[in-house]
Amino acid sequence: MLTLAIDTATPTLVVGLADGDRVLAEAGVPSGTRHAELLTPTVTDVLTRAGVALADVGRLVVGLGPGPYTGLRVGIVTAAALGDVVGAPVHGVCSLDAVGDGPRVVVTDARRKEVYWRAYDGAPLAGPGVGRPEELDLPDLPVVGDARFAERLGRGVAPAEVTTAGLLRAVPAGPPAPLTPLYLRRPDAVPNVVRKPVTR
Amino acid sequence: MAEPLVLGFETSCDETGIGLVRGHTLLSDALATSMAEHERFGGVVPEIASRAHLEAMVPTVHRALADAGAALSDVDAVAVTSGPGLTGALLVGVAAAKAYALALGVPLYGVNHLAAHVAVDELEHGRLAEPSIAMLVSGGHSSILLVPDLSQDVVELGRTIDDAAGEAFDKVARVLDLPFPGGPPIDRAAQEGTASIAFPRGLTGPRDPAYDFSFSGLKTAVARWVEAQQRDGVHVSVPDVAASFQEAVVDVLTAKAVRACRDHGVDHLVIGGGVAANSRLRAVAQERCDAAGIVLRVPSRRLCTDNGAMVAALGSRLVMAGVAPSQPDLGADSSLPIDVVSR
Ligand SMILES: Nc1ncnc2c1ncn2[C@@H]1O[C@H](COP(=O)(O)OP(=O)(O)OP(=O)(O)O)[C@@H](O)[C@H]1O
Ligand SMILES: [Mg+2]
Repeated sequence: MLTLAIDTATPTLVVGLADGDRVLAEAGVPSGTRHAELLTPTVTDVLTRAGVALADVGRLVVGLGPGPYTGLRVGIVTAAALGDVVGAPVHGVCSLDAVGDGPRVVVTDARRKEVYWRAYDGAPLAGPGVGRPEELDLPDLPVVGDARFAERLGRGVAPAEVTTAGLLRAVPAGPPAPLTPLYLRRPDAVPNVVRKPVTR
Repeated sequence: MAEPLVLGFETSCDETGIGLVRGHTLLSDALATSMAEHERFGGVVPEIASRAHLEAMVPTVHRALADAGAALSDVDAVAVTSGPGLTGALLVGVAAAKAYALALGVPLYGVNHLAAHVAVDELEHGRLAEPSIAMLVSGGHSSILLVPDLSQDVVELGRTIDDAAGEAFDKVARVLDLPFPGGPPIDRAAQEGTASIAFPRGLTGPRDPAYDFSFSGLKTAVARWVEAQQRDGVHVSVPDVAASFQEAVVDVLTAKAVRACRDHGVDHLVIGGGVAANSRLRAVAQERCDAAGIVLRVPSRRLCTDNGAMVAALGSRLVMAGVAPSQPDLGADSSLPIDVVSR
Protein backbone atom coordinates (compact mmCIF):
# COMPACT_ATOMS: atom_id res chain seq x y z
CA MET A 1 0.00 0.00 0.00
CA LEU A 2 1.19 3.52 -0.81
CA THR A 3 1.76 5.77 2.19
CA LEU A 4 2.25 9.54 2.09
CA ALA A 5 4.17 10.76 5.16
CA ILE A 6 4.28 14.40 6.30
CA ASP A 7 6.01 16.08 9.22
CA THR A 8 6.27 19.79 10.06
CA ALA A 9 7.31 19.56 13.72
CA THR A 10 10.86 20.80 13.11
CA PRO A 11 12.36 23.53 10.90
CA THR A 12 12.91 20.86 8.22
CA LEU A 13 9.64 19.91 6.62
CA VAL A 14 9.56 16.26 5.59
CA VAL A 15 7.42 14.64 2.90
CA GLY A 16 7.89 11.03 1.80
CA LEU A 17 6.11 8.51 -0.35
CA ALA A 18 6.54 4.81 0.42
CA ASP A 19 5.30 1.54 -0.97
CA GLY A 20 5.00 -0.67 2.11
CA ASP A 21 8.21 0.21 3.97
CA ARG A 22 10.17 0.99 0.81
CA VAL A 23 10.63 4.75 0.43
CA LEU A 24 10.06 5.75 -3.22
CA ALA A 25 10.76 9.47 -2.89
CA GLU A 26 11.46 11.82 -0.01
CA ALA A 27 12.16 15.50 0.51
CA GLY A 28 13.54 17.28 3.56
CA VAL A 29 13.14 21.00 2.98
CA PRO A 30 14.80 23.42 5.38
CA SER A 31 11.85 25.76 5.54
CA GLY A 32 12.12 27.42 8.93
CA THR A 33 8.81 29.17 9.43
CA ARG A 34 7.66 28.74 5.81
CA HIS A 35 6.00 25.34 6.16
CA ALA A 36 2.63 26.65 4.96
CA GLU A 37 4.15 28.10 1.80
CA LEU A 38 6.29 25.08 0.95
CA LEU A 39 4.37 22.00 2.09
CA THR A 40 1.90 21.48 -0.77
CA PRO A 41 4.53 22.23 -3.47
CA THR A 42 6.77 19.65 -1.76
CA VAL A 43 3.96 17.09 -1.75
CA THR A 44 3.48 17.68 -5.49
CA ASP A 45 7.22 17.32 -6.05
CA VAL A 46 7.51 14.06 -4.10
CA LEU A 47 4.46 12.52 -5.82
CA THR A 48 5.91 13.46 -9.22
CA ARG A 49 9.30 11.98 -8.41
CA ALA A 50 7.69 8.78 -7.13
CA GLY A 51 5.47 8.64 -10.21
CA VAL A 52 2.38 8.33 -8.06
CA ALA A 53 -0.99 10.08 -8.25
CA LEU A 54 -2.38 11.42 -4.99
CA ALA A 55 -5.57 9.45 -5.61
CA ASP A 56 -3.56 6.20 -5.38
CA VAL A 57 -2.33 6.93 -1.87
CA GLY A 58 -3.86 4.38 0.52
CA ARG A 59 -2.96 5.97 3.82
CA LEU A 60 -1.24 9.01 5.30
CA VAL A 61 1.07 9.37 8.28
CA VAL A 62 1.60 12.73 9.95
CA GLY A 63 3.78 13.93 12.78
CA LEU A 64 1.73 15.29 15.69
CA GLY A 65 4.73 16.99 17.24
CA PRO A 66 5.77 18.12 19.70
CA GLY A 67 6.99 21.10 17.70
CA PRO A 68 6.40 24.83 17.27
CA TYR A 69 2.64 25.09 17.06
CA THR A 70 2.03 27.14 13.94
CA GLY A 71 4.13 24.95 11.67
CA LEU A 72 2.89 21.80 13.37
CA ARG A 73 -0.73 22.64 12.62
CA VAL A 74 0.12 23.25 8.96
CA GLY A 75 1.27 19.64 8.56
CA ILE A 76 -1.62 18.15 10.50
CA VAL A 77 -4.38 20.09 8.77
CA THR A 78 -2.78 19.40 5.39
CA ALA A 79 -2.66 15.65 6.03
CA ALA A 80 -6.23 15.70 7.35
CA ALA A 81 -7.49 17.55 4.26
CA LEU A 82 -5.60 15.35 1.79
CA GLY A 83 -6.86 12.23 3.55
CA ASP A 84 -10.36 13.64 3.51
CA VAL A 85 -10.38 14.11 -0.27
CA VAL A 86 -8.57 10.88 -1.10
CA GLY A 87 -10.66 8.89 1.37
CA ALA A 88 -7.57 7.47 3.08
CA PRO A 89 -6.97 7.04 6.83
CA VAL A 90 -4.53 9.48 8.46
CA HIS A 91 -2.34 8.09 11.26
CA GLY A 92 -0.81 10.54 13.72
CA VAL A 93 2.57 9.73 15.24
CA CYS A 94 4.87 11.37 17.76
CA SER A 95 7.39 13.26 15.60
CA LEU A 96 10.22 12.51 18.02
CA ASP A 97 9.69 8.78 17.36
CA ALA A 98 10.73 9.47 13.75
CA VAL A 99 14.17 10.83 14.69
CA GLY A 100 16.92 8.18 14.89
CA ASP A 101 16.38 4.56 15.87
CA GLY A 102 17.04 2.17 18.76
CA PRO A 103 17.87 3.14 22.36
CA ARG A 104 18.29 6.93 22.44
CA VAL A 105 17.14 10.27 23.73
CA VAL A 106 15.75 12.56 21.02
CA VAL A 107 15.92 16.34 21.49
CA THR A 108 14.44 18.99 19.18
CA ASP A 109 14.09 22.76 19.39
CA ALA A 110 11.06 23.88 21.41
CA ARG A 111 11.97 27.61 21.13
CA ARG A 112 11.89 29.83 24.23
CA LYS A 113 15.27 28.26 25.14
CA GLU A 114 13.68 24.85 25.71
CA VAL A 115 13.83 21.43 24.06
CA TYR A 116 11.26 18.77 23.35
CA TRP A 117 12.57 15.36 24.31
CA ARG A 118 11.63 11.69 24.48
CA ALA A 119 13.68 8.67 25.55
CA TYR A 120 13.55 5.20 23.99
CA ASP A 121 14.91 1.87 25.11
CA GLY A 122 13.57 -0.20 22.26
CA ALA A 123 10.12 1.15 23.17
CA PRO A 124 9.34 4.66 24.46
CA LEU A 125 10.82 4.93 27.95
CA ALA A 126 10.05 8.48 29.10
CA GLY A 127 8.53 11.68 27.72
CA PRO A 128 7.57 13.34 25.50
CA GLY A 129 8.37 16.38 27.56
CA VAL A 130 9.52 19.95 27.25
CA GLY A 131 12.07 21.78 29.37
CA ARG A 132 15.26 23.75 29.67
CA PRO A 133 18.20 21.56 28.60
CA GLU A 134 20.26 22.33 31.71
CA GLU A 135 17.39 21.29 34.00
CA LEU A 136 16.49 17.96 32.36
CA ASP A 137 17.40 14.68 34.02
CA LEU A 138 17.65 12.54 30.90
CA PRO A 139 18.32 8.76 30.93
CA ASP A 140 21.88 7.69 30.21
CA LEU A 141 21.39 6.89 26.52
CA PRO A 142 22.93 8.32 23.35
CA VAL A 143 21.38 11.68 22.53
CA VAL A 144 20.30 12.43 18.95
CA GLY A 145 18.50 15.31 17.28
CA ASP A 146 19.26 19.02 17.27
CA ALA A 147 23.02 19.22 17.91
CA ARG A 148 22.86 22.92 18.79
CA PHE A 149 21.75 21.88 22.28
CA ALA A 150 24.85 19.77 23.04
CA GLU A 151 26.55 22.43 25.13
CA ARG A 152 23.50 23.27 27.21
CA LEU A 153 22.75 19.58 27.75
CA GLY A 154 26.36 18.87 28.71
CA ARG A 155 26.20 15.82 26.43
CA GLY A 156 27.17 15.03 22.86
CA VAL A 157 24.23 15.15 20.44
CA ALA A 158 24.45 13.17 17.18
CA PRO A 159 22.69 15.24 14.51
CA ALA A 160 19.51 13.53 13.32
CA GLU A 161 16.27 14.66 11.73
CA VAL A 162 12.77 13.34 11.10
CA THR A 163 12.82 10.79 8.27
CA THR A 164 10.11 9.12 6.22
CA ALA A 165 11.31 5.70 7.37
CA GLY A 166 11.12 6.92 10.95
CA LEU A 167 7.56 8.20 10.49
CA LEU A 168 6.53 4.83 9.01
CA ARG A 169 8.14 2.91 11.89
CA ALA A 170 6.31 5.09 14.40
CA VAL A 171 2.78 4.24 13.22
CA PRO A 172 0.96 2.52 16.06
CA ALA A 173 -1.01 -0.64 15.33
CA GLY A 174 -4.76 -0.37 14.95
CA PRO A 175 -7.15 2.17 13.47
CA PRO A 176 -6.14 5.85 13.40
CA ALA A 177 -6.84 7.94 16.50
CA PRO A 178 -7.99 11.60 16.35
CA LEU A 179 -5.19 13.90 15.12
CA THR A 180 -4.55 15.71 18.40
CA PRO A 181 -1.30 17.70 18.34
CA LEU A 182 1.21 17.10 21.13
CA TYR A 183 1.27 20.69 22.33
CA LEU A 184 2.77 19.94 25.78
CA ARG A 185 2.24 23.56 26.81
CA ARG A 186 -1.07 25.19 27.68
CA PRO A 187 -2.14 28.14 25.52
CA ASP A 188 -3.02 30.37 28.46
CA ALA A 189 0.60 30.28 29.58
CA VAL A 190 0.84 33.07 26.96
CA PRO A 191 -2.27 35.26 27.18
CA ASN A 192 -1.10 37.38 24.26
CA VAL A 193 -4.56 38.89 23.87
CA VAL A 194 -5.11 40.77 20.65
CA ARG A 195 -7.31 43.74 21.59
CA LYS A 196 -5.46 46.46 23.45
CA PRO A 197 -6.76 47.39 26.92
CA VAL A 198 -8.71 50.58 27.47
CA THR A 199 -6.13 53.30 28.09
CA ARG A 200 -7.17 55.96 30.53
CA MET B 1 -16.61 29.67 -16.14
CA ALA B 2 -20.19 30.93 -15.87
CA GLU B 3 -21.34 29.75 -12.44
CA PRO B 4 -18.41 28.25 -10.55
CA LEU B 5 -18.95 26.32 -7.31
CA VAL B 6 -16.46 27.85 -4.87
CA LEU B 7 -15.48 26.52 -1.45
CA GLY B 8 -14.37 29.35 0.86
CA PHE B 9 -12.18 29.12 3.99
CA GLU B 10 -12.08 31.83 6.68
CA THR B 11 -9.82 31.53 9.76
CA SER B 12 -8.40 35.03 10.22
CA CYS B 13 -9.63 35.44 13.80
CA ASP B 14 -11.77 33.27 16.09
CA GLU B 15 -14.37 31.96 13.61
CA THR B 16 -13.77 28.88 11.49
CA GLY B 17 -16.00 29.69 8.53
CA ILE B 18 -16.55 27.41 5.54
CA GLY B 19 -18.91 28.56 2.80
CA LEU B 20 -20.12 27.28 -0.54
CA VAL B 21 -21.20 29.68 -3.23
CA ARG B 22 -22.28 29.12 -6.83
CA GLY B 23 -21.86 32.30 -8.85
CA HIS B 24 -23.54 34.90 -6.64
CA THR B 25 -25.75 32.32 -4.94
CA LEU B 26 -25.15 31.38 -1.31
CA LEU B 27 -25.44 27.62 -0.86
CA SER B 28 -24.12 27.16 2.67
CA ASP B 29 -22.28 28.92 5.41
CA ALA B 30 -20.97 26.69 8.21
CA LEU B 31 -19.41 28.31 11.25
CA ALA B 32 -17.53 27.06 14.31
CA THR B 33 -16.46 29.66 16.83
CA SER B 34 -14.09 29.71 19.77
CA MET B 35 -15.61 33.01 20.99
CA ALA B 36 -16.68 31.59 24.36
CA GLU B 37 -13.13 30.41 25.14
CA HIS B 38 -11.80 33.96 24.71
CA GLU B 39 -14.42 35.79 26.71
CA ARG B 40 -12.66 35.56 30.07
CA PHE B 41 -9.57 37.18 28.51
CA GLY B 42 -11.58 40.13 27.17
CA GLY B 43 -10.13 39.60 23.71
CA VAL B 44 -9.12 36.90 21.26
CA VAL B 45 -6.18 34.74 22.40
CA PRO B 46 -4.43 33.79 19.14
CA GLU B 47 -3.19 30.38 20.27
CA ILE B 48 -6.63 29.33 21.51
CA ALA B 49 -8.17 30.45 18.21
CA SER B 50 -5.59 28.54 16.17
CA ARG B 51 -6.08 25.33 18.14
CA ALA B 52 -9.82 25.58 17.66
CA HIS B 53 -9.47 26.12 13.88
CA LEU B 54 -7.49 22.89 13.53
CA GLU B 55 -10.06 20.88 15.46
CA ALA B 56 -13.00 22.35 13.61
CA MET B 57 -11.62 22.31 10.07
CA VAL B 58 -12.62 19.01 8.48
CA PRO B 59 -15.96 18.69 10.33
CA THR B 60 -16.92 22.25 9.33
CA VAL B 61 -16.06 21.57 5.68
CA HIS B 62 -18.40 18.61 5.79
CA ARG B 63 -21.14 20.58 7.47
CA ALA B 64 -20.93 23.15 4.67
CA LEU B 65 -21.06 20.41 2.03
CA ALA B 66 -24.01 18.68 3.68
CA ASP B 67 -25.95 21.94 4.08
CA ALA B 68 -25.41 22.69 0.39
CA GLY B 69 -26.17 19.14 -0.73
CA ALA B 70 -22.84 19.16 -2.55
CA ALA B 71 -19.88 16.76 -2.75
CA LEU B 72 -16.21 17.69 -2.69
CA SER B 73 -15.95 16.50 -6.28
CA ASP B 74 -18.42 19.24 -7.35
CA VAL B 75 -16.06 22.04 -6.23
CA ASP B 76 -14.61 24.14 -9.09
CA ALA B 77 -12.30 26.42 -7.08
CA VAL B 78 -11.10 27.01 -3.53
CA ALA B 79 -10.76 30.47 -1.94
CA VAL B 80 -9.14 31.30 1.38
CA THR B 81 -8.51 34.37 3.50
CA SER B 82 -4.74 34.83 3.30
CA GLY B 83 -4.75 38.13 5.21
CA PRO B 84 -5.08 40.36 7.09
CA GLY B 85 -5.56 38.65 10.45
CA LEU B 86 -3.75 36.59 13.07
CA THR B 87 -0.86 34.73 11.40
CA GLY B 88 -1.23 31.44 13.26
CA ALA B 89 -4.98 31.41 12.73
CA LEU B 90 -4.74 32.38 9.06
CA LEU B 91 -2.23 29.61 8.39
CA VAL B 92 -4.60 26.83 9.48
CA GLY B 93 -7.08 27.94 6.84
CA VAL B 94 -4.43 28.59 4.20
CA ALA B 95 -2.85 25.15 4.69
CA ALA B 96 -6.22 23.41 4.65
CA ALA B 97 -7.38 25.28 1.54
CA LYS B 98 -4.12 24.53 -0.27
CA ALA B 99 -4.46 20.84 0.51
CA TYR B 100 -8.11 20.67 -0.59
CA ALA B 101 -7.27 22.53 -3.82
CA LEU B 102 -4.31 20.26 -4.54
CA ALA B 103 -6.21 17.05 -3.86
CA LEU B 104 -9.25 18.20 -5.84
CA GLY B 105 -7.11 19.49 -8.70
CA VAL B 106 -8.83 22.90 -8.72
CA PRO B 107 -7.42 26.46 -8.64
CA LEU B 108 -6.75 28.21 -5.35
CA TYR B 109 -7.39 31.90 -4.64
CA GLY B 110 -5.80 33.60 -1.62
CA VAL B 111 -8.09 36.56 -0.96
CA ASN B 112 -8.24 39.68 1.18
CA HIS B 113 -10.53 39.32 4.19
CA LEU B 114 -11.59 42.97 3.98
CA ALA B 115 -12.58 42.81 0.32
CA ALA B 116 -14.51 39.65 1.22
CA HIS B 117 -16.51 41.61 3.83
CA VAL B 118 -17.66 43.77 0.89
CA ALA B 119 -18.10 40.93 -1.63
CA VAL B 120 -20.49 39.06 0.66
CA ASP B 121 -23.20 41.58 -0.19
CA GLU B 122 -23.34 40.18 -3.75
CA LEU B 123 -24.85 36.98 -2.31
CA GLU B 124 -27.94 38.91 -1.26
CA HIS B 125 -28.17 41.89 -3.58
CA GLY B 126 -26.52 40.67 -6.75
CA ARG B 127 -23.56 42.13 -8.51
CA LEU B 128 -22.16 45.32 -7.03
CA ALA B 129 -22.65 48.52 -9.03
CA GLU B 130 -19.20 49.70 -10.04
CA PRO B 131 -17.88 52.06 -9.06
CA SER B 132 -19.33 51.89 -5.55
CA ILE B 133 -18.16 53.46 -2.35
CA ALA B 134 -17.63 50.77 0.27
CA MET B 135 -17.36 51.37 3.98
CA LEU B 136 -15.68 48.57 5.87
CA VAL B 137 -16.27 48.68 9.61
CA SER B 138 -15.05 45.67 11.57
CA GLY B 139 -13.19 44.61 14.68
CA GLY B 140 -9.77 45.47 13.29
CA HIS B 141 -10.47 47.91 10.46
CA SER B 142 -12.48 50.99 9.53
CA SER B 143 -12.01 52.30 6.02
CA ILE B 144 -13.78 54.06 3.22
CA LEU B 145 -13.02 52.54 -0.17
CA LEU B 146 -13.61 53.53 -3.75
CA VAL B 147 -14.33 50.32 -5.63
CA PRO B 148 -14.06 50.59 -9.42
CA ASP B 149 -13.72 46.78 -9.72
CA LEU B 150 -14.02 44.53 -6.70
CA SER B 151 -12.06 41.76 -8.40
CA GLN B 152 -8.90 43.82 -8.80
CA ASP B 153 -9.22 47.54 -8.16
CA VAL B 154 -9.95 48.81 -4.66
CA VAL B 155 -8.71 52.24 -3.59
CA GLU B 156 -8.59 53.29 0.04
CA LEU B 157 -9.86 56.86 0.50
CA GLY B 158 -9.51 56.95 4.26
CA ARG B 159 -9.13 54.82 7.36
CA THR B 160 -9.02 55.02 11.11
CA ILE B 161 -5.90 56.61 12.49
CA ASP B 162 -6.26 54.74 15.81
CA ASP B 163 -8.99 52.31 16.94
CA ALA B 164 -11.32 50.48 14.57
CA ALA B 165 -15.05 51.09 15.03
CA GLY B 166 -15.63 47.55 16.32
CA GLU B 167 -12.68 47.91 18.66
CA ALA B 168 -14.30 51.04 20.09
CA PHE B 169 -17.51 49.10 20.71
CA ASP B 170 -15.52 46.33 22.41
CA LYS B 171 -13.59 48.74 24.65
CA VAL B 172 -16.60 50.82 25.62
CA ALA B 173 -18.44 47.59 26.46
CA ARG B 174 -15.68 46.85 28.96
CA VAL B 175 -16.08 50.27 30.52
CA LEU B 176 -19.79 49.51 30.89
CA ASP B 177 -19.21 45.95 32.18
CA LEU B 178 -20.88 44.44 29.12
CA PRO B 179 -19.61 41.15 27.64
CA PHE B 180 -17.15 40.65 24.75
CA PRO B 181 -17.56 41.25 21.86
CA GLY B 182 -19.13 44.56 22.78
CA GLY B 183 -21.03 45.44 19.61
CA PRO B 184 -24.17 43.35 20.13
CA PRO B 185 -24.70 44.19 23.85
CA ILE B 186 -24.18 47.92 23.22
CA ASP B 187 -26.58 47.75 20.29
CA ARG B 188 -29.18 46.11 22.57
CA ALA B 189 -28.60 48.40 25.55
CA ALA B 190 -28.82 51.48 23.32
CA GLN B 191 -32.33 50.53 22.26
CA GLU B 192 -33.47 51.14 25.86
CA GLY B 193 -31.65 54.45 26.16
CA THR B 194 -31.52 58.01 24.81
CA ALA B 195 -28.52 59.56 23.10
CA SER B 196 -28.52 62.41 25.60
CA ILE B 197 -24.78 62.77 26.24
CA ALA B 198 -22.78 64.81 23.72
CA PHE B 199 -19.70 62.69 23.08
CA PRO B 200 -17.05 64.01 20.64
CA ARG B 201 -17.15 63.32 16.90
CA GLY B 202 -13.52 62.62 15.95
CA LEU B 203 -11.91 64.17 12.84
CA THR B 204 -15.01 66.11 11.81
CA GLY B 205 -13.47 69.60 11.84
CA PRO B 206 -13.21 71.58 8.60
CA ARG B 207 -9.46 70.97 8.38
CA ASP B 208 -9.57 67.27 9.26
CA PRO B 209 -9.02 64.60 6.60
CA ALA B 210 -12.44 64.03 5.04
CA TYR B 211 -12.45 60.23 5.03
CA ASP B 212 -10.27 59.31 8.01
CA PHE B 213 -11.69 58.21 11.36
CA SER B 214 -10.55 58.46 14.96
CA PHE B 215 -12.38 56.60 17.72
CA SER B 216 -9.78 56.58 20.45
CA GLY B 217 -10.74 60.02 21.79
CA LEU B 218 -14.39 58.99 21.87
CA LYS B 219 -13.60 55.85 23.85
CA THR B 220 -11.55 57.88 26.33
CA ALA B 221 -14.32 60.47 26.63
CA VAL B 222 -16.84 57.74 27.47
CA ALA B 223 -14.49 56.20 30.05
CA ARG B 224 -13.88 59.61 31.67
CA TRP B 225 -17.56 60.48 31.73
CA VAL B 226 -18.46 57.16 33.39
CA GLU B 227 -15.63 57.54 35.92
CA ALA B 228 -16.68 61.09 36.78
CA GLN B 229 -20.29 60.03 37.35
CA GLN B 230 -19.19 57.14 39.55
CA ARG B 231 -16.86 59.42 41.52
CA ASP B 232 -19.74 61.78 42.16
CA GLY B 233 -21.92 58.86 43.23
CA VAL B 234 -24.32 59.45 40.34
CA HIS B 235 -26.05 56.41 38.90
CA VAL B 236 -24.74 55.65 35.41
CA SER B 237 -27.46 54.76 32.92
CA VAL B 238 -25.81 52.10 30.77
CA PRO B 239 -28.50 52.40 28.07
CA ASP B 240 -28.00 56.17 27.81
CA VAL B 241 -24.21 55.91 27.64
CA ALA B 242 -24.47 53.09 25.08
CA ALA B 243 -26.93 55.07 22.96
CA SER B 244 -24.85 58.26 23.14
CA PHE B 245 -21.60 56.47 22.28
CA GLN B 246 -23.23 54.54 19.46
CA GLU B 247 -24.78 57.74 18.09
CA ALA B 248 -21.37 59.42 17.96
CA VAL B 249 -19.85 56.47 16.04
CA VAL B 250 -22.78 56.15 13.65
CA ASP B 251 -22.98 59.88 13.00
CA VAL B 252 -19.33 60.08 11.93
CA LEU B 253 -19.36 56.87 9.90
CA THR B 254 -22.45 57.71 7.90
CA ALA B 255 -21.55 61.38 7.36
CA LYS B 256 -18.14 60.47 5.94
CA ALA B 257 -19.46 57.63 3.78
CA VAL B 258 -22.13 59.88 2.24
CA ARG B 259 -19.58 62.61 1.72
CA ALA B 260 -17.27 60.16 -0.11
CA CYS B 261 -20.14 59.24 -2.43
CA ARG B 262 -20.93 62.90 -3.14
CA ASP B 263 -17.29 63.92 -3.65
CA HIS B 264 -16.67 61.08 -6.08
CA GLY B 265 -19.97 61.30 -7.90
CA VAL B 266 -20.82 57.74 -6.88
CA ASP B 267 -24.44 56.90 -6.07
CA HIS B 268 -23.97 53.43 -4.59
CA LEU B 269 -22.79 52.73 -1.05
CA VAL B 270 -22.17 49.28 0.43
CA ILE B 271 -21.33 48.75 4.10
CA GLY B 272 -19.55 45.61 5.31
CA GLY B 273 -17.84 44.15 8.38
CA GLY B 274 -19.11 43.24 11.84
CA VAL B 275 -20.17 46.77 12.81
CA ALA B 276 -22.48 46.83 9.79
CA ALA B 277 -24.68 44.56 11.91
CA ASN B 278 -25.39 47.56 14.14
CA SER B 279 -29.07 48.47 13.99
CA ARG B 280 -28.58 52.20 14.48
CA LEU B 281 -25.87 52.34 11.79
CA ARG B 282 -28.20 50.57 9.36
CA ALA B 283 -31.06 52.94 10.14
CA VAL B 284 -29.09 56.19 9.96
CA ALA B 285 -27.21 55.11 6.84
CA GLN B 286 -30.56 54.39 5.18
CA GLU B 287 -31.98 57.81 6.14
CA ARG B 288 -28.96 59.72 4.96
CA CYS B 289 -28.59 57.75 1.74
CA ASP B 290 -32.28 58.25 0.96
CA ALA B 291 -31.88 61.99 1.52
CA ALA B 292 -28.80 62.11 -0.73
CA GLY B 293 -30.18 59.90 -3.50
CA ILE B 294 -27.68 57.14 -2.83
CA VAL B 295 -28.56 53.46 -3.19
CA LEU B 296 -27.52 51.73 0.06
CA ARG B 297 -26.64 48.05 0.33
CA VAL B 298 -25.89 46.29 3.60
CA PRO B 299 -25.64 42.50 3.99
CA SER B 300 -28.00 40.82 6.46
CA ARG B 301 -26.62 40.74 10.00
CA ARG B 302 -25.60 37.10 9.82
CA LEU B 303 -23.21 37.80 6.94
CA CYS B 304 -21.66 40.97 8.41
CA THR B 305 -19.38 39.21 10.89
CA ASP B 306 -16.69 36.75 9.76
CA ASN B 307 -17.87 33.74 7.78
CA GLY B 308 -16.73 31.43 4.99
CA ALA B 309 -19.40 32.47 2.50
CA MET B 310 -17.87 35.92 2.15
CA VAL B 311 -14.57 34.34 1.11
CA ALA B 312 -16.32 32.04 -1.36
CA ALA B 313 -18.26 35.05 -2.68
CA LEU B 314 -15.07 36.95 -3.46
CA GLY B 315 -13.45 33.79 -4.85
CA SER B 316 -16.40 33.30 -7.16
CA ARG B 317 -16.12 36.90 -8.32
CA LEU B 318 -12.40 36.34 -9.10
CA VAL B 319 -13.06 33.13 -11.04
CA MET B 320 -15.78 34.81 -13.11
CA ALA B 321 -13.52 37.82 -13.79
CA GLY B 322 -10.74 35.54 -15.03
CA VAL B 323 -8.27 36.71 -12.38
CA ALA B 324 -5.19 34.48 -12.14
CA PRO B 325 -5.18 32.00 -9.22
CA SER B 326 -2.56 32.13 -6.46
CA GLN B 327 0.86 30.57 -6.76
CA PRO B 328 1.51 27.17 -5.10
CA ASP B 329 3.70 28.86 -2.47
CA LEU B 330 0.83 30.99 -1.13
CA GLY B 331 1.21 31.84 2.55
CA ALA B 332 -0.45 34.24 4.96
CA ASP B 333 0.13 37.98 5.31
CA SER B 334 -1.10 39.25 8.65
CA SER B 335 -1.04 42.86 7.44
CA LEU B 336 -2.17 42.40 3.84
CA PRO B 337 -2.96 45.90 2.50
CA ILE B 338 -6.61 46.61 1.78
CA ASP B 339 -5.97 47.32 -1.91
CA VAL B 340 -4.57 43.83 -2.59
CA VAL B 341 -7.76 41.92 -3.42
CA SER B 342 -6.05 38.58 -4.10
CA ARG B 343 -2.50 37.34 -4.20
N1 LIG C 1 -24.54 44.96 16.40
C1 LIG C 1 -23.29 45.42 16.42
N2 LIG C 1 -23.02 46.72 16.66
C2 LIG C 1 -21.76 47.20 16.68
N3 LIG C 1 -20.68 46.43 16.52
C3 LIG C 1 -20.88 45.12 16.28
C4 LIG C 1 -22.18 44.54 16.22
N4 LIG C 1 -22.04 43.21 15.98
C5 LIG C 1 -20.70 42.98 15.91
N5 LIG C 1 -20.02 44.11 16.10
C6 LIG C 1 -18.57 44.28 16.17
O1 LIG C 1 -17.99 43.76 15.02
C7 LIG C 1 -16.67 43.31 15.32
C8 LIG C 1 -16.45 41.97 14.73
O2 LIG C 1 -16.58 42.11 13.34
P1 LIG C 1 -15.72 41.24 12.34
O3 LIG C 1 -16.01 39.82 12.64
O4 LIG C 1 -15.96 41.72 10.97
O5 LIG C 1 -14.29 41.73 12.84
P2 LIG C 1 -12.93 40.99 12.78
O6 LIG C 1 -13.02 39.95 11.74
O7 LIG C 1 -12.56 40.65 14.16
O8 LIG C 1 -11.97 42.13 12.27
P3 LIG C 1 -11.40 42.35 10.79
O9 LIG C 1 -12.49 41.99 9.85
O10 LIG C 1 -11.05 43.78 10.77
O11 LIG C 1 -10.23 41.45 10.70
C9 LIG C 1 -16.53 43.31 16.83
O12 LIG C 1 -15.72 44.39 17.20
C10 LIG C 1 -17.97 43.49 17.29
O13 LIG C 1 -18.07 44.21 18.53
MG1 LIG D 1 -13.70 40.36 9.84
